[in-house]
Amino acid sequence: MAVWEALIELADDHLVLGHRVSEWCGHAPMLEEDLAMPNMALDMIGTSRTLYCRAGELEGKGRDEDAIAYLRNEREYRNCLLVERPNEDFAHTMLRQLYFAAFMKPFWDAALVSSDEVVRGVAGKAGKEMAYHIRHAGEWVIRLGDGTEESARRMREAVDALSIYVDELFDSSDAAQDAEAAGVLPKRSEMRAAFDKVIEDVFAEALLELPEVPFGQRGGRSGQHGEGLGHMLAEMQSLHRAHPGATW
Amino acid sequence: MVQTTPLWEVFIRPRNGLSHKHVGSIHAADEVLALQAARDVYTRRGEGNSIWVVRSADIHASDPDQAAENFEPTADKIYRHPTFYEIPEEVGHM
Amino acid sequence: MYSQGLIGADGRTTESEEFLARFQARIDAEEKIEPTDAMPEGYRRTLVRQIGQHAHSEIVGMLPEGNWITRAPSLRRKAALLAKVQDEGGHGLYLYCAAETLGVSREEMTEELLSGKAKYSSIFNYPTLSWADIGIIGWLVDGAAIMNQIPLCRCSFGPYARAMIRVCKEESFHQRQGYELCMSLAFGTPEQKAMVQDALNRWWWPSIMMFGPHDADSQHSDQSMAWKIKRFSNDELRQKFIDATVPQAEYLGLTLPDPDLKWNEEKGGYDHGPIDWSEFWRVVKGQGPMARDRIKARKKAWDDGAWVREAALAHAEKRRARKMAAE
Repeated sequence: MAVWEALIELADDHLVLGHRVSEWCGHAPMLEEDLAMPNMALDMIGTSRTLYCRAGELEGKGRDEDAIAYLRNEREYRNCLLVERPNEDFAHTMLRQLYFAAFMKPFWDAALVSSDEVVRGVAGKAGKEMAYHIRHAGEWVIRLGDGTEESARRMREAVDALSIYVDELFDSSDAAQDAEAAGVLPKRSEMRAAFDKVIEDVFAEALLELPEVPFGQRGGRSGQHGEGLGHMLAEMQSLHRAHPGATW
Repeated sequence: MVQTTPLWEVFIRPRNGLSHKHVGSIHAADEVLALQAARDVYTRRGEGNSIWVVRSADIHASDPDQAAENFEPTADKIYRHPTFYEIPEEVGHM
Repeated sequence: MYSQGLIGADGRTTESEEFLARFQARIDAEEKIEPTDAMPEGYRRTLVRQIGQHAHSEIVGMLPEGNWITRAPSLRRKAALLAKVQDEGGHGLYLYCAAETLGVSREEMTEELLSGKAKYSSIFNYPTLSWADIGIIGWLVDGAAIMNQIPLCRCSFGPYARAMIRVCKEESFHQRQGYELCMSLAFGTPEQKAMVQDALNRWWWPSIMMFGPHDADSQHSDQSMAWKIKRFSNDELRQKFIDATVPQAEYLGLTLPDPDLKWNEEKGGYDHGPIDWSEFWRVVKGQGPMARDRIKARKKAWDDGAWVREAALAHAEKRRARKMAAE
């Protein structure tokens, strides 16, 4: 497996989650969040673009960011399952963001010493972005968990629905293992302690119980996704695919 | 009855060495969310490096009906301004 | 973006002539009016209405463009569109805050929008049917809005003028990104070119209607001009817009869908064909093709978000109580 494939996995995580968060724009619970969520989405879409470009370069077949993002189907997408979960409600969206950012923050911090110059550049930028996402999503999880009866119930439902996708974050695919061996990416399993600390602190303040996960769902890295991703990609790629070779 | 989310005034310091300047307002339930909202709304184009938020309700303003008695009495105190004093040119800039 | 000639302002006022004359003298001296200053009731009411309509337009305006965020055909375009729609939300936010200085709350204004009582720019009641609509909206609709909004930076009411300065600064990228998008289509494949011509055909007339009724039919316009809430007439702005747009369309090799459009040497501007005002009033009054969908979408966002806003307030109350107990 090649290092560029590991970069695509990472890029897919950021694009798919960025896309999901962008679906909120214009429909948020308050105007302030209509501005906050696109900020997060733009951070993630920006990261995905740099990573796709780098993956294309390393692959050496002339694929640019759009060729990689728009011309693969759902079996070829390599994102983890967490990021493709639908928005559902604001509680789900904020918890999904917290889980993702709590993983990515230590990951990017560790990637600051990557052997790949582009990855080091991304790490410097994305680490700060993820620190803010942890704060923003974390403060909301606290408020919803310790808000009203309804918000606490929705928050518990979100924990129940999303926690089964957490373990997959810490798995390294064959491609990721090769990238780790080459010093391009940090070892995913090493992020566990930092992740747990963030989640424990937020959950304690949010009066949420840490979930017991009997069986963690996996499959994204081998293209075994949920049913929702195909719809998301069909929508995202429809226009691009309808005009092969056009420039936009 | 609709519950209203409090209004906050946002002040931003464009860079060190300058004062925080009022840039606008946002709505937020508490000071933590207010700071985040201020960041997300008012610093999207590199506008600053420090934010203050103050609940609008906590601002005490002078009474516009007292504007005349507050601010007009200073108008004739021209001796507070340097141009009131004549210094011969040969003394140089002072 | 998107201020429109004010619909249905009522500038009537009952103050003494002496008071009104003193107020008018301040306006004539280009003094800014601040929220706590004494002002005629008609001035206050006109501003609440105009700023409210303007804010609602920005918020509803997020929807037609938001319709294409998830389908943008390249990642670069996706990021630019998302940032633009986000800006519109920001503009709505600044404007609601400016209106709030006059003693009306955002919640009250929102309820007026959702109940159908408040108006917003008619342009957003048209659907975005293709990707080219995103380019055309940026080029024409934002272009029209800029014409309208730059003079508002000098509006007599301080908070409105200040909000507009920020809006105009941010908006400068909107029209450019729209025109650049149109260029990519106009100079692209035949299908892309057809797509952008079709979009232009659909948006041209609604865009020039955005400036509002002809001056002769524009009630209350004189009072707004005298109070410097409005600084140019609808027709002046429309003329300026058309004169600027025609050469831009020529550069793209696109045809504006008005057979009567021609240069008038004498007035130094373009003459245009008759505007279908019955369509304009129909759309303003809520019979636009997308009117129901737009309000329904806003209402859904507001209603679905109620539990989040309530939770934040409930949590703030708990925090306050805990802090007091600790002290």
